[in-house]
Amino acid sequence: MAKHHVQTTVNGDAVEFLCETDETLLDCLRNNLGLTGTKEGCGTGDCGACSVTVDGRLVCSCLVLGVETSGKKIETIEGLAKGDELHILQTKFLEHAALQCGVCTPGFLVASKALLAKNPNPTETEVRYWLAGNLCRCTGYDKIVRAVMDAAQDMQKAKPKTKTNTKQGA
Amino acid sequence: MRYEAPETLERASQLLAAETGIARVLAGGTDLLVQIKSDVIDPILVVDIKKIAETREIKETSAGFHIGAAVTGAELKEHAKLRAAWPGLVEAANLIGSTQVQGRATMGGNLCNGSPAADSVPGLIAAGAKAIIVSATGRRELPVEDVMIGVRKLALAKGEIIAAFQLPARTPHSGDAYLRFIPRTEMDIAVVGCGINLTTDASGTITAARVSLGAVAERPLLVADAAKAIIGTKLDAAALDKLATAASAACRPIDDKRGTKDFRIKIAGVLARRTAENAYARAQGKIGKNH
Ligand SMILES: Cc1cc2nc3c(=O)[nH]c(=O)nc-3n(C[C@H](O)[C@H](O)[C@H](O)COP(=O)(O)OP(=O)(O)OC[C@H]3O[C@@H](n4cnc5c(N)ncnc54)[C@H](O)[C@@H]3O)c2cc1C
Ligand code: FES
Ligand code: FES
Repeated sequence: MAKHHVQTTVNGDAVEFLCETDETLLDCLRNNLGLTGTKEGCGTGDCGACSVTVDGRLVCSCLVLGVETSGKKIETIEGLAKGDELHILQTKFLEHAALQCGVCTPGFLVASKALLAKNPNPTETEVRYWLAGNLCRCTGYDKIVRAVMDAAQDMQKAKPKTKTNTKQGA
Repeated sequence: MRYEAPETLERASQLLAAETGIARVLAGGTDLLVQIKSDVIDPILVVDIKKIAETREIKETSAGFHIGAAVTGAELKEHAKLRAAWPGLVEAANLIGSTQVQGRATMGGNLCNGSPAADSVPGLIAAGAKAIIVSATGRRELPVEDVMIGVRKLALAKGEIIAAFQLPARTPHSGDAYLRFIPRTEMDIAVVGCGINLTTDASGTITAARVSLGAVAERPLLVADAAKAIIGTKLDAAALDKLATAASAACRPIDDKRGTKDFRIKIAGVLARRTAENAYARAQGKIGKNH
């Protein structure tokens, strides 16, 4: 059977690739598009290392077929930093030492970005539940959670104030 | 493996029926793709149903909510009206996996994967949901409790697809809830799950109830005796005791690493009580506890 010709948008760029039916989005990103920032931990939806968003929705790219993403908008870890300028979540992960071996880090960052897009001011419990599908064998999670909470606060502060009387950020 | 993504149910059904080898519907793929990767199943054809409008919509009519079988858990949660009317069903579906899994997992897939521990299924059964089943030759409806007939066994013929779930219209003083017991607080498979939907009159006496248990038999069960134990009561202590006894009596579980038979039987009673209390509080307009 001929390969599928898939046209999608990855981090804002129109891309096309050829894939077999049984190749996952994770395979396509890493092997066909050379975007190796997205990691494979388990390949079965358990670890979250392969997290990406598809049309804004956080998913495990190991449980999506490449051919399903035709016409969709995909965002990966490579889309976080703007050139040399790190995303605030990346900066906070470094500041809080929220990574050791780093295999889980792209997944945590993509998942955290999706959280803050939906819920800019999450509680610690909300952060922990949202990230329950991201496993880390090194950090013990606390540093990751602190980095995400800190990033959320800074992002809130950095928001342009539309009214002069807005509450001072706590 | 061939991939097709037709835009109508009829076409999808024809494709599935015409394939002589193993053919499977692809919804969120959170069960199917894991099974393909681990060589549990090797389909020749997968038919993606997510381009079919009816499977992806949530509609509310005078007959009640009509929920496409391929609507994801995340989408169910974001539907404020559905959540307000059926909080128990939505929380059951939202217990499936992680945020990432929620972005893909569907109730159609949860049911058709055929696991006795599927979390949304007791929620659907308690709600009185009917599966709307489509084939190339027509449609039929089946109560959700009659869809799964055993572990990985469904009452669906080759080529039949679940298009949607039809919930009954919501009546006043009604509430539903779902609770499960797992050894961890997130990301685990139910040792026991319990879904209850009930309606009371204005004075708080229960006039109708449906109780469903998951993970305690070869398929999720509708337990009529457990419902009978609370109908006509205000969910007093005696009614809760009877409910727990009836729930435990309905179990025919297995022993496994997550829980022994005896443990499952006991927990079924405990969960039934707590679930009923939550559903009752919701029916009375009080907000039920979460988890
Ligand atoms: C990390 C992880 C955690 C999980 N945790 C849970 C959990 O806590 N609780 C739980 O219940 N499940 C859990 N699951 C299992 C799975 O996510 C659910 O069963 C999910 O609801 C399956 O839906 P899906 O759309 O992904 O199904 P798919 O994988 O697309 O399909 C599953 C099966 O159903 C068939 N099918 C799908 N839709 C239809 C339809 N409309 N008509 C006919 N046949 C159909 C498919 O052919 C396939 O055989 C977990 C899975 C993972 C990977
Ligand atoms: S690699 Fe996808 S969840 Fe682990
Ligand atoms: S930093 Fe090593 S797994 Fe998370």
